Amino acid sequence: MSDMAANAGRAGSFPEAARIALADTQLRHNLGHATHTIRAKRAGVVAEVPDWEALREAGRAVKERVLRHLDTHLEQLEASIQRAGGVVHWARDARECNRIVGDIIASHGADEVVKAKSLTTEETGLNGALQQRGIHAWETDLAQLIIQLSDDAPSHILVPAIHKNREQIRALFARALPDAPPELSDDPRELAETARAHLRKLFLSARVGISGVNFAVADTGTVSVVESEGNGRMCTTLPEVLISVMGIEKVVPSWEDLEVYLQLLPRSSTAERMNPYTSLWTGVSEGDGPREFHLVLLDNGRTSVLADTIGRQALNCIRCSACLNVCPVYERTGGHAYGSTYPGPIGAILTPMLSGMTAAGSLPYASSLCGACYEVCPVKINIPEVLVHLRHEEVAQAARAPGVRGRVAPEHVAMRAMARVFANRRLYEAAQRAGRITQWPLVRDGAIRRLPGPLSGWTSARDIPAVPPQSFRDWWRERQ
Amino acid sequence: MVDDVRLPAATPSPAGMPAPATPPTRVALFITCFNDTMFPQTGRAVVTVLERLGVAVDFPLEQTCCGQMHFNTGYAVQTIPLVRRFVNVFGDAELVVSPSASCVGMVRDYYGRVAELAGDDGLAGEVAAIAPRVLELSELLVDRLGVEDVGAYFPRRVTYHPTCHSLRMLHVGDRPLRLLRAVRGIDVVELPEAEQCCGFGGTFAVKNADTSIAMLSDKVRTILDTRAEVCVSADNSCLMHIGGALSRQRTGVRTMHLAEILAQTKTGAGA
Repeated sequence: MSDMAANAGRAGSFPEAARIALADTQLRHNLGHATHTIRAKRAGVVAEVPDWEALREAGRAVKERVLRHLDTHLEQLEASIQRAGGVVHWARDARECNRIVGDIIASHGADEVVKAKSLTTEETGLNGALQQRGIHAWETDLAQLIIQLSDDAPSHILVPAIHKNREQIRALFARALPDAPPELSDDPRELAETARAHLRKLFLSARVGISGVNFAVADTGTVSVVESEGNGRMCTTLPEVLISVMGIEKVVPSWEDLEVYLQLLPRSSTAERMNPYTSLWTGVSEGDGPREFHLVLLDNGRTSVLADTIGRQALNCIRCSACLNVCPVYERTGGHAYGSTYPGPIGAILTPMLSGMTAAGSLPYASSLCGACYEVCPVKINIPEVLVHLRHEEVAQAARAPGVRGRVAPEHVAMRAMARVFANRRLYEAAQRAGRITQWPLVRDGAIRRLPGPLSGWTSARDIPAVPPQSFRDWWRERQ
Repeated sequence: MVDDVRLPAATPSPAGMPAPATPPTRVALFITCFNDTMFPQTGRAVVTVLERLGVAVDFPLEQTCCGQMHFNTGYAVQTIPLVRRFVNVFGDAELVVSPSASCVGMVRDYYGRVAELAGDDGLAGEVAAIAPRVLELSELLVDRLGVEDVGAYFPRRVTYHPTCHSLRMLHVGDRPLRLLRAVRGIDVVELPEAEQCCGFGGTFAVKNADTSIAMLSDKVRTILDTRAEVCVSADNSCLMHIGGALSRQRTGVRTMHLAEILAQTKTGAGA
């Protein structure tokens, strides 16, 4: 069943992919249950914090300040990390990032690495790139492991396997993990134990670990990963070499700023007061943890997002996934329909800005603009505002394209014509009359049950009332 | 279900202005193109209610459309003349009232952005001046006129769907519900998961028809669960969406704009 969801992501535009996903009973059931549960929990723990709104505002303001002087903060971070014995690499794009990581691993002669907490390396397609160099990357987050073993794609920022149920996971482990017990049941505890036994061996044998980064503190060079399972701490402490990959927007100036996000993030993401594991490290320490630490700073389109004065607030994102969990669209289509590393409302704004409209032009429209995402966002990203802004960009770009993709596209023609009608009272009133007259072949019992062309989507499940014989303005004139 | 939360209690006047000591005696009606053409009965009801409360209504005939559909669908350039038109038509009005939360939200939240896109400081100034004076019907009634009981009578079982834009753009809170509960004879039943979007979203309902319908199905289910005869809302666009499915599925449940219920008295609809 979830294969259907995975296929949805490859089907092209969001509406097509969504149609496939909407018919996936398993996906609908899992997501409906999971999103409603986490929504209620989140609302509960957020309500406990009396100054939540002030915290959100602080979270937004710090990010805004950081983004305004991003270069300075990043250079400060680099200097701090170098002082603490770490190495900093700058990657312009995904390829450069993957090459840097691959070179470090190769220089240690390793052909196996353990990975944790890294959506960013999902964005760069690191695992595939390493595979081409003969290096196998083992995912160690339980859900990410499930995704990797089933050759699937993550469908949620925080709960990548949210579209799978425990029976599917049981079958997968029984098939893909060599040391799974023969009588493996679908008891979550037993499933977790099976994964744990598998992962423990990897942690103890791997010489190189790869992690993502939640926050990096510029003035001390401290890097932080927050997680629930403890695998992140294993990856960042057991191997001799640690490589952490971070998007350049993850830098925060000081520990005082970090404090704000360590309060906002767990309540928004897993609905916990504090996440079980908060790992913080500063460079390398003699006799403790990795002997070599590399931080890769990844741009991959982020500086162009920064140049967009309305869109740049998307870089505030701390990847909590609260917007996914409240989104009525995500709840029903799941993450694969977005066809991008970042699904849900944040993905619908981030992906078109990072990858361009050609690849992701349907995503800004994948929202009813209900605003539930903005309401819960811990760093106050006005997602509906950015969605609408990106629709403006999409239309402007399409209008420059030739033929039916551009200015003569039916929608563009219709929208321009309607704008002319609305700009002129006489034309507007004439259009009202024309609507009343021309609708007659479609009206039955006071309603229209089938519309032609692109509007047929409406009438596939919804009637539309017939245009009544007298407009309000006609009534008003008659009354005067 | 977890979304079954109570609507937020009264919030301060969304337009950010304290209620004046003397309530307004004259308002300009911004009917919206959609109501003008498709739901004239809502406009007639607004006039009935306001005149019953002693407020004179002006209807500038030059008004057309606020531009929300163009703006939200990506046609920002085409929105600019419509914003100019709106400020020209309503610029002199002391107060503007509209029976559409989403069109009011467009004016109050996005007209400034359109003026910015147009690079027109004069327009930006005019927008800043008019936007706070544009009110959704329940805001006018509760905040400015200080009434909840408008003397209506409607002996039916109804449920109220708070539209997303009334809730999250205008923050009207429970104002519409307070108005409804004051209606004589009415039985207001709480809608489960009320704050969930119905899936309309303007052109979203057509561009992403399948997802929109999936959202609508759940909204219809919760409405039917209330056993209400009528689903009420502050926006006819969402109501046309919900009503379209209620009609298609032959549920027998009707949709009515809040104003239409407030206009009903023992002697009829008034208008």
